[in-house]
Amino acid sequence: MPESSPAPISGAAMTAREPSPNPLEPSRRHLLGIEDLTPSEIDGLLTLADAYVGVSRRVEKRQQLLGGRTLINLFFEASTRTQSSFEIAGKRLGADVMNMSVANSALRKGETLLDTAATLNAMRPDILIVRHQDSGAVELLSRKVDGSVVNAGDGQHEHPTQALLDALTIRRRLGRLDGITVAICGDIAHSRVARSNINLLLKMGARVNVVAPRTLLPAAVDRLGVGVFTTMKEGLAGADIVMMLRLQLERMEGAFIPSTREYFRFYGLDAERLAFAKPGALVMHPGPMNRGIEIESSIADHVDRSLIQEQVEMGVAVRMAVLDALARNLAEAPHNR
Amino acid sequence: MTAATAYLNARLIDPATGADQRGGLIVEGGLIKDLGPGVTRASAGDLPVRDCTGLAIVPGLIDMRVFVGEPGSEHRETLKSGSRAAAAGGVTRMIVMPNTAPIIDDQALVDFILRRAREKAVVHVTPAAAITRGCAGTALSEMGLLAEAGAAYFTDGDRAVPTAQMMLRALTYARNFDLLVADLPLEPTLAAGADMNRGELATRLGLKGLAPAAETIIIERDLRLAELTGARLHLGPIASAEALEPIARAKAKGLPVTASTTAAHLMLNENDLVPYLTYRKLMPPLRTEDDRRALVEAVECGVIDVVVSGHDPQPPETKRLPFAQAAPGGTGLETLLTAVLAPVHAGEAGLIEMLRTVTVAPASLLGLPSGRLSLGAPADLALVDLEEPWVISADQQYSRAKNTPLDGRRVQGRVRETIVAGRRVFSEGKHDDAR
Repeated sequence: MPESSPAPISGAAMTAREPSPNPLEPSRRHLLGIEDLTPSEIDGLLTLADAYVGVSRRVEKRQQLLGGRTLINLFFEASTRTQSSFEIAGKRLGADVMNMSVANSALRKGETLLDTAATLNAMRPDILIVRHQDSGAVELLSRKVDGSVVNAGDGQHEHPTQALLDALTIRRRLGRLDGITVAICGDIAHSRVARSNINLLLKMGARVNVVAPRTLLPAAVDRLGVGVFTTMKEGLAGADIVMMLRLQLERMEGAFIPSTREYFRFYGLDAERLAFAKPGALVMHPGPMNRGIEIESSIADHVDRSLIQEQVEMGVAVRMAVLDALARNLAEAPHNR
Repeated sequence: MTAATAYLNARLIDPATGADQRGGLIVEGGLIKDLGPGVTRASAGDLPVRDCTGLAIVPGLIDMRVFVGEPGSEHRETLKSGSRAAAAGGVTRMIVMPNTAPIIDDQALVDFILRRAREKAVVHVTPAAAITRGCAGTALSEMGLLAEAGAAYFTDGDRAVPTAQMMLRALTYARNFDLLVADLPLEPTLAAGADMNRGELATRLGLKGLAPAAETIIIERDLRLAELTGARLHLGPIASAEALEPIARAKAKGLPVTASTTAAHLMLNENDLVPYLTYRKLMPPLRTEDDRRALVEAVECGVIDVVVSGHDPQPPETKRLPFAQAAPGGTGLETLLTAVLAPVHAGEAGLIEMLRTVTVAPASLLGLPSGRLSLGAPADLALVDLEEPWVISADQQYSRAKNTPLDGRRVQGRVRETIVAGRRVFSEGKHDDAR
């Protein structure tokens, strides 16, 4: 490991010219889920990310905070958006980024997750970005590696950077998370985005409604502390934000819904249904969208109401903040990585 | 150890009669020759004496549900390694499940298990045979011939008989020979791909949940068929409170129905799975604390007759995986007695009631003369320190696979010596075949 430990400067330093405190607890080596984070860590990450939005909008975006660090994107499940977002975030911070799409690689052939982890660990990466189709798989992998692990989505469990980028998008628009109402609509049962968002929004004092047909609501969802609705009319009432989820056709396994046209008829977001929400309510979607199934194009592309492109931009900023914060903890770790 | 021994100054506990008294016990010719408060050093004569001060003598345990890997997957467990684990846990007879490769659905295979066990095993072993050929759920196995060859009872082991029609035929045919048929109450289409109990925790963890209804559906079905046919039916392992209700009702009606649960289900609940601990992934799944308490209560009041280990050795390659991919099952032979003592030490159930479920209850179900402390009964015994505290450690298990769901648990009560047919096979942490 090259001994590059320049005085830990933060993203905020780029604009404020003084190092901000690390938003993450010193003991935190991985970002595995929103569930583990404290509200103040979330708040700190969002503030740090806010500063990186400015960095990303400059012509000269490249920082050296992660100079000499190796970041591996390890995606067991195909992804374009999240993977490229992490890649750009890593590169903007000066890291060497390597992409491994295990979904179509030899590593997939019979090798277990932990063998793959051990193999990669031997190459001494500093940060592993991991997506896996099984809940808990990223946590399992994190126990076997020396560097930091960021969960880029594990099964139906968590997708913490998505929730952080959604929160940043909302906070920049509405100025706060506390006291707002967010309606999350669609396949709640199979969605890690929904779980991480519910976790984060409730922690930060927002109200959350979930809206879905009963076959797409997970068991005991009311126990999570959200309002549970099966009609868009009731679920969207009073919402500042309408967050649509992708209908994960690849996860439907069978007959959770009879057909996509029936789904759109009752749960698709069009102008008429958006009118159930607060006047001026904003629309979000983690992407990729199924136009005409969960969301109508006129809403998805609505200049004033849709935050969908902004979410993508915030994704890079949030991931820069996460990588920055974890790298600072790595630099201060006792084994002096 | 010689064939004849006097065990003196013990606490003799016979779950069959409820007797719990100080005294001695004389073993001769593989049988209990004499026992009671009157058996003292004087009555021992010149027999070798084992002083049992501080220890209880209980009947050797009978475990009705044990998976081994022999034949076909010996890396999981052989009859020898499994039997050594049993001996370490005070289990003197284990009934091995038919889910091997090949499946035990032919009398030659029953013969094979019995012969291998005679040669290799340090405790008694009896195979249970498949209800349906290949456990495929479509054609009856030769139940009559299998029983004649020595099958202990009939079960498809790790799966339920899939259709009502097949179960009706199995029970009708079994009635012919008065055979015991045991079904795993888990509705197969609901249980497919399930990871854990359905509910808030499964939702939080993003794992696929299985509702108690998966148990109840099969239980209700089988009970109606048992009523229709009059056959002897055993249901288990049961994991949920709601599954107990129909069983209690059937028993009240006088149907020849019995039920079991596993020792792990009496000690653990779904919260013990956090964070994704695959060695506690069991099927049926661990359910809520309310369910666990209901199971203990059901044992106490006799709705559940038998406690099994459900011993299911799984090596790291099937356990050290993401939760959804990991095989269900945990070892349990070595901790069966300790685990049935847990509710006793917790003040949740009585000693006699708990011991009954692993001794005389399975013995009477299977028509065995063991499982009791009585004159002339087989000298299958366990010497137990009922109070000894210890920490269960996977690394110290005798089983070939180390996947105990109780790893790290602080427990009380430990087997100090195990005697099979009058011969000591295990004592003070060592097997006699290794001495």
